[in-house]
Amino acid sequence: MHYRATPQSDGAPEKITVKELDFYYGDFHALTDITVGIKEKAVTAFIGPSGCGKSTFLRCFNRMNDLIPSARAEGSITLDGKDIYATGVDPVDLRRRIGMIFQQPNPFPMSIYDNVAFGPRLQGVKKNELDEIVQTSLERANLWKETKDILDRNGLALSGGQQQRLCIARVLAVEPEVMLMDEPCSAIDPTSVQKIEDLMAELKGRITIIIVTHNMQQAARVSDFTAFFLQEVAGEPAVLVEYDRTANIFTSPKDRRTEDYITGRFG
Amino acid sequence: MNKTVTNAIALAVLWVAAILTVAVLGTVILYVFINGIGQMSPSFIFTWPEGVAAEGGIWPTIVSTMYVTLLAMVIVTPIAILAAVYLAEYAVQGRLVGMIRFAADSLASVPSIVMGLFGLALFVEAAGIGFSMLSAALALSFLMLPIVMRTTEEAIRAVPKYIRWGSYGLGATKWQVVSRSVLPASMPRIVTGIILATGRAVGETAVVIYTMGQAINMPITPFDSGRPMTVHLYLLAMEGINLPAAYGTALLLMILILAFNLGARYFLRRNRKV
Ligand SMILES: Nc1ncnc2c1ncn2[C@@H]1O[C@H](COP(=O)(O)OP(=O)(O)OP(=O)(O)O)[C@@H](O)[C@H]1O
Ligand SMILES: [Mg+2]
Repeated sequence: MHYRATPQSDGAPEKITVKELDFYYGDFHALTDITVGIKEKAVTAFIGPSGCGKSTFLRCFNRMNDLIPSARAEGSITLDGKDIYATGVDPVDLRRRIGMIFQQPNPFPMSIYDNVAFGPRLQGVKKNELDEIVQTSLERANLWKETKDILDRNGLALSGGQQQRLCIARVLAVEPEVMLMDEPCSAIDPTSVQKIEDLMAELKGRITIIIVTHNMQQAARVSDFTAFFLQEVAGEPAVLVEYDRTANIFTSPKDRRTEDYITGRFG
Repeated sequence: MNKTVTNAIALAVLWVAAILTVAVLGTVILYVFINGIGQMSPSFIFTWPEGVAAEGGIWPTIVSTMYVTLLAMVIVTPIAILAAVYLAEYAVQGRLVGMIRFAADSLASVPSIVMGLFGLALFVEAAGIGFSMLSAALALSFLMLPIVMRTTEEAIRAVPKYIRWGSYGLGATKWQVVSRSVLPASMPRIVTGIILATGRAVGETAVVIYTMGQAINMPITPFDSGRPMTVHLYLLAMEGINLPAAYGTALLLMILILAFNLGARYFLRRNRKV
């Protein structure tokens, strides 16, 4: 029996509650017995060595794993108390409420404006409202100043860091309640990293953010809560080792393995 | 033999092969150019052939060629794209899809004269459309369909998966992902495929000779017959009616096809640069 992380019970309401989640890719058991409560309107960081299933876990929240034929989740995940895997829940609706940013910036090969307007247009937002949505979203993504005069330029013509902020603006344009960020800063320049950390600080309090990162300093800087995942034995499923306030994780971790990881002894 | 010598010999062989290819191509083009350039004039392009020796211009044959090609393109494009979308995105990948693909590839390698005969039997005679632009366009579309369908399918498959993820992640349904993200992203390559297939149709002789007719005529409706440039060229040369005009037609035909291929390249380049 492995260590079972206990969710915090310090009052803050939970946006997402995960109970005894097991995840499989076909015969491969990737995650086991994950129980965790993601606090509303806070930033939660997922850390852990490569291949321990952070991305896999993240994709459970917006049911992106549904796109992988062999993938299968057991256990329960609730959003505002409602099971997101219940029959009758449309993953399409779920993904409008839970946006996702990927490691590799993935703007569509179309104009900056059309990129940001993409989500609202899917929902049938009227043309005369789009201008304002595009501007607000780009402002929130810290990209408005750089792009306000080149909105009709192709999104792929931007730098990597700008592209990533464009993707963030694209997600913010649909007003999600939760934003999942899978290593959003690992492929971009330091100035853009700074801008993304800034916008995260501005966004929290408004939406719930989960960020996967390999950068310990970044986790310590941007997050309020941190969850540490680990696959101890190759071939065995990964577990959630420890979950706590970020300050506690980085100053006084309760588990030896957490301490080893954040001090860089492995992973 | 030591490595440098082997290397030098290999390089020399490759070099000779490359030179040979370019030389053959250059000779053909130069030959047609030298023999045809004397004919080039606005009146050759824009007037009708006259008399038994087909003196004068070739205007109706140019129009016939363009007419049938564009008609075939209009017929092929929607069908090929829908079929490709179905194959790449919706069909359960298995034996049946494999067979459809194999059938498409086989269709692409059917000799065009067979396709012409088929068009004659099916469209000209059985369907009663007669020798016409429409019959020829339908027969040509059989030739173009597999090319456009397969290139479109490849183009769709080449769209990076993170483009799809981004689209799904914003709450797009499968159809929205396909129509608003995947197809726009693959459009440059799809258009290239269409242009290349169209270029082939411009140069096609065997199919049209059986389906469009041979009488020189200015086609107005799709049910009109006509004589395309390739057939004109064939008749002029084979029957020794007017060799200079034949070379003039050949040169124009080559320029037309070259324009199509350059157009495809230009389109791809422009869209890759962003
Ligand atoms: N589509 C898939 N099919 C099968 N196995 C997969 C798939 N995606 C991930 N895996 C496996 O699941 C495990 C967890 O992968 P995951 O990508 O979630 O890890 P991660 O913690 O995000 O790693 P990294 O830090 O390198 O991004 C790995 O062993 C991986 O090989
Ligand atoms: Mg990952």
